[in-house]
Amino acid sequence: MKAIRHVAVNVFKESVRDKVLYSIVVFAVILIATSYLIGQLTAGQDLKIIKDLGLASISIFGLLIAIFIGIGLVWKEVEKRSVYTLLSKPVRRSEFVLGKYCGLVLTLCTNVAVMTIAYYGVLAYLQRIALSGELATSPAPATDPAMLKAIVLIVVELMLVTAIALFFSTFSSPFLSAVMTAGVWVAGHFNDDLRNFGALVDLPLVARLTRAAYYVIPNFAAFDVKNEVVHAQPVPLGYVGITTLYGLVYIAFVLAGAVTVFSRRDFK
Amino acid sequence: MKSVVLLAALFASVIGAAGMEEQQRSALLPEGDASDILYVRSPAFLTRAALSYDALVADIYWIRAVQYYGGTRLSKDQNKNFSLLYPLLDLTTSVDPYFDIAYRFGAVFLGEDYPGGAGRPDLAIALLQKGLRAQPDKWQFAEDIGFVYYWWVRDYHAAGEWFNRAADMPDAPEWLKPLAAVTLAQGGSRDSSRRLWTEIARNPEAEWLQRQAEFRLKQLDAMDGIDFMERIVRQYRERTGALPSSWNDMIRARFLRGLPLDPTGTPLRLDPSTGTVTLDPSSALNPLPRTEQPH
Repeated sequence: MKAIRHVAVNVFKESVRDKVLYSIVVFAVILIATSYLIGQLTAGQDLKIIKDLGLASISIFGLLIAIFIGIGLVWKEVEKRSVYTLLSKPVRRSEFVLGKYCGLVLTLCTNVAVMTIAYYGVLAYLQRIALSGELATSPAPATDPAMLKAIVLIVVELMLVTAIALFFSTFSSPFLSAVMTAGVWVAGHFNDDLRNFGALVDLPLVARLTRAAYYVIPNFAAFDVKNEVVHAQPVPLGYVGITTLYGLVYIAFVLAGAVTVFSRRDFK
Repeated sequence: MKSVVLLAALFASVIGAAGMEEQQRSALLPEGDASDILYVRSPAFLTRAALSYDALVADIYWIRAVQYYGGTRLSKDQNKNFSLLYPLLDLTTSVDPYFDIAYRFGAVFLGEDYPGGAGRPDLAIALLQKGLRAQPDKWQFAEDIGFVYYWWVRDYHAAGEWFNRAADMPDAPEWLKPLAAVTLAQGGSRDSSRRLWTEIARNPEAEWLQRQAEFRLKQLDAMDGIDFMERIVRQYRERTGALPSSWNDMIRARFLRGLPLDPTGTPLRLDPSTGTVTLDPSSALNPLPRTEQPH
């Protein structure tokens, strides 16, 4: 456990040194600039658009960090040969992989936490000063706490993407890992189509295969409740809980795979 | 120092080349062509391609629809058309079926008479009905359908029916039932129009619609004012045996205290040969809606 913590803290420090947290500044600037520009571009719905943009930015920035840092986590250590030094110390390979994962998740959570504070800060400012007229008819207050449900699910989604990127990085090059992680993420948004595909074909084997693929490919669409919270549609806490549990179980499975692959790699 | 000069020279070259390229491109493509292109027309495809950013994609298409409507409306092109307006609104509301303003404003953009809008109340109704399929309890959509029937289709019976339907929906305001009754009884009268626009002007949901309603109410006031002035002109003729050659004749004869103004403060115009009173061509209230019965 101590070893995992050491590796994780090092990954976090390295991310800070790599100026990953600068994305937060970019996020805040985009959000604030947009809040002024949106009013000039559209007739009404400024608040909705700013909420949409904020949630999408948290997700996109997080996704970019998860993929592009996740794919290099293990590969970089192998490429720089620093993995030999690390593994010569009392650190098991599983601890190394899990430490790397926890470090990146820590970086992501810090990013998302600060972006969320900036997001609510901008919305609170708009609530007070800029959009008092529109707020009267908005389905939810500007700083609606229900939006945190969407942010929690974004974090779980990012944790899952990080686990997948890390898994691929244990045996593949960064380019291939990025392509494969992005591919799984995109495919995960078409899960409902996979489930329904069986009804469209007469071949039972194909139907069974697509059904199996539906269960195997992570259902990323399930983590998306951004539109619902912005429109103040009900998102039960039970749904958030079950989806989080689904994400955590999947993460455990992918990390177990990553540990298994990395443990069997021959570095000689 | 040399490298700075070189960099500045190269930067200037880049700007120059971009300017030349822009000139060449505008010579090849007529103005406005780029904005008239809609690469994605399939709502089903766009919904899938948006992945988990459907709300953001809907916002982009909504902004595009607003810009397209505004740009086309202001365009001086004699052959302008709003052909992309419905596809843009259809895409917006397919990707985000809860985008209420896209249905409501979109219906106004589509229903408004050409060239102020697309002049397609049929598409406005189709868009609002799509909204009702997505949110069957949204009384505002049913009210808006009634409004489109009333104002642009001039089918007052259908308008009254839709106002009734809206009134029966959950959380519908109390004023909808009387509005439906007035529309069914005196559809097309100026009083029922005034009632309709007054309720829209009270609606805090959309500032733009409120401004529209205030404008329409001023037009109705102007129409009342014109009717009133034509009655005064007739009285003048009955008393003097001739039509006035100008408003000054009527002021001198103490029929008027001053120049009659429309609600924007622009003097009304008198046709001395017929005694007809109209808005001055410079009035911001032009064009007035097609003839409506005063009562």
